[in-house]
Amino acid sequence: MAPPRRPPLAHALARHLGLVLVSVLLAVSVIGYCALYLATQARLPGMFELTSSLNNTMPLALAALAQTMVVLTRGLDLSIGGIIDLSNALAALYLGTTAASMALASALILLAGAVLGLVNGALVAYGRLQPILVTLATLAIFQGLAIRVLPQPGGAVPEAYTALLVNTGAPYALVYVLALMLFWTVLRRSQVGIALLAIGDDEAAAAANGIDPVATKLVAYTLSGLIAAAAGLFLAAQATAGDATTGNGYTLTSIVAVVLGGVSLFGGRGSGIGAILGAFVTTMIVNILFFAHIDPLYQSFYEGAFLVIAVVLAEGLGRLVRRRRARA
Amino acid sequence: MNDADERHAASLEAISVSKSFGGVRALHEASLRAFPGEVHALVGENGAGKSTLIKLLGGRLRADSGVIRHHGAAVALKTPDAAHRLGCWTVFQELTLLSAMSVAENLLLRREPRGAFGLTSERRLRQTAEAVFARFGIHDIDPGALVEDLPLADRQVIEIVRALSHDPDILLLDEPTSALMERETAWLFGEVRRLRDAGRTVVFTSHRWHEIAAIADRITVFRGGRDVGSFTTLGEDEAVTLMTGQRVETLYPPRPAAPASEAALTVADLAGGRLASASFSLHRGEILGVGGLAGHGHRELFLMLFGAMPRKAGRILRAGHEIRPRSPRQAIRAGIALVPEDRKTEGLLLPLSVRDNLTLAVLGRESRLGVLRRRRLRSVAAAMTTRLKVRMPDITSPVAALSGGNQQKILLGRWLLADCAVLLFYDVTRGVDVATKHEIYELMTALARDGRAILYYSSDAEELAHLAHRVLVLREGRIAAELPASGLNAEHIVAAAMRDQAAA
Repeated sequence: MAPPRRPPLAHALARHLGLVLVSVLLAVSVIGYCALYLATQARLPGMFELTSSLNNTMPLALAALAQTMVVLTRGLDLSIGGIIDLSNALAALYLGTTAASMALASALILLAGAVLGLVNGALVAYGRLQPILVTLATLAIFQGLAIRVLPQPGGAVPEAYTALLVNTGAPYALVYVLALMLFWTVLRRSQVGIALLAIGDDEAAAAANGIDPVATKLVAYTLSGLIAAAAGLFLAAQATAGDATTGNGYTLTSIVAVVLGGVSLFGGRGSGIGAILGAFVTTMIVNILFFAHIDPLYQSFYEGAFLVIAVVLAEGLGRLVRRRRARA
Repeated sequence: MNDADERHAASLEAISVSKSFGGVRALHEASLRAFPGEVHALVGENGAGKSTLIKLLGGRLRADSGVIRHHGAAVALKTPDAAHRLGCWTVFQELTLLSAMSVAENLLLRREPRGAFGLTSERRLRQTAEAVFARFGIHDIDPGALVEDLPLADRQVIEIVRALSHDPDILLLDEPTSALMERETAWLFGEVRRLRDAGRTVVFTSHRWHEIAAIADRITVFRGGRDVGSFTTLGEDEAVTLMTGQRVETLYPPRPAAPASEAALTVADLAGGRLASASFSLHRGEILGVGGLAGHGHRELFLMLFGAMPRKAGRILRAGHEIRPRSPRQAIRAGIALVPEDRKTEGLLLPLSVRDNLTLAVLGRESRLGVLRRRRLRSVAAAMTTRLKVRMPDITSPVAALSGGNQQKILLGRWLLADCAVLLFYDVTRGVDVATKHEIYELMTALARDGRAILYYSSDAEELAHLAHRVLVLREGRIAAELPASGLNAEHIVAAAMRDQAAA
């Protein structure tokens, strides 16, 4: 006789608590944004606002997904900003004008990002060094390389490239967002995704089950580098030129987005979809601050305050759900 | 059968294997020979090298020297997978489940049922896990639950089912029963017998002699990192002598004299969690046993007295004065200390030294103007390690380097130093070897003779029957029976714990 089971919904809630919370957060911030917009502009935001929000968020969504790969393994990738800088600088110089040259240059830049990520991974996995130390050092190195490649902001990104990645006419970027979410879903259900979560959960236990921690970390950092390089390409397309310092802010904002997205900094828990939604929450906060006429000088103050509130709320709710489950 | 034939027939052999950890020799030229169709028990004190040997055989660790043979051929077990490929599966003592993942994901880790594009799904996982559990007669574990939400016993069962589901040719079980109740242990032994009858090899370790006697075909005794003999029949006394290298006269010391009439702790209508209501008095110099099946409120009783869990109702009087401990800190100040069962998660700071762990609760007392008196701390700690006969490399070695029994002694020593009048002992002998158990019993009776009041829960009814002045049996959150020491035996306690309401 099987005893009563908890309904699948309860399990789903337990497993995807972070995802549920970030969805609520996103809904609340979108509603807040719309209300403010209505109050100041006397109409609701339309297609233009949707398109620009999506386009503006794409680089951060990518950076957050890149960060997720590493955070899930109980690491932290501070070099994301440096990889974005470098990929952005390379794109501004080498994209060319023909479709073939753009495709080839993009592929090579993504490959370069993956290689830089692999270097991080090798230092962490073989060198047994702290991820935060390794990536802090490589962040500086990658930033230096980027400046060497493109000392002054400049270069040019062909219009066709911008039109493809950052179409301002219609919210095509939604397709990219969905593609990223699909990528995560596939990864999560593959051997690799399970290994990422497993070694972040308990490395010794994962190893006892035959999961190779070294190989898994190499994959995590390589994917992080690859996806961060993609963020650099989107930034270049958006700015239609290159700037070797444009990525610097993404190191920290990617961590913010990941935390808002319910990915545990202690590893083993969280979802890439949550991190992507976390990126959108971050964008919405910036939009809200803009329409609330907050002096840009104080913007980081409010962003920080909001992050603290969001994290405290998420923690509190999480604990509440956990306690109720323990009682059930 | 001569020696050469026997070696040929063995399914798994370790020959003169040695393994050291940072200068500490865990195994020294130890050998083991296990045969098809046998259940082979490894016995020995904590720290005798059993777990290390199992880790070597399971591919978790690599030997410094020595040979491991599988059906006569030398093998290099570099990884767990290498052992798995030989059909050798292990249930390690410290479980290897991933706590943030579901039961099904853990059960099917790395062999997830995969559909289109090689992807798995939660539904597919759940269905397959359901089928695996059903195959082994397990119906009360929800495959969709997260492992972290399950009690230890369920986790242990999952880990065992996972190993069994690989249809092992050789199954290694390191203390599989320490977290299990009788019913689950019976289930496990049924599976073990099934494997044996199918000609497989099962190697297991246990500290419970009746389990070993019930199921083992061959017993290998370990002492100090090497095997000291292999037997097909062996009595408990003989085994203990081999394990400790000395004769233990009687396992249980005599009960201390009758306690004083003065109550050290009085509990009235205490309730919270699974504890519905409990009232009793604990006297100075008394060992008051608490028995009954797990999950009937024992844990809650102890945690509430120690201020580690909020009370729903009831009063606690300490030497006549009402106290309301809301944190362990307040309980300690009122002279109440708790020695928990799970020393790794509930009390010891494993990377810190023996000295630091021992003196943790008395740092305030042993300091002047907030500055620690280091020399004094050291001498206090050293005296305690001598008194408790702690076996350790040095007083500054990390507690993590000590064996389980010695870790338990350190935890005991900490509360002895804190000089608490009321000691709450919660299943302190679980997973502890016979020799250390004996030392803990002696210590407990000495403390009672000293006038301390001891509340003592044990999952082993035999211990309670031998040591306690009275035994309270908890059932469904209430005190179902109070049994006096005279003429008490373990069966009485178990009977009182099991009896249903109608028969009571």
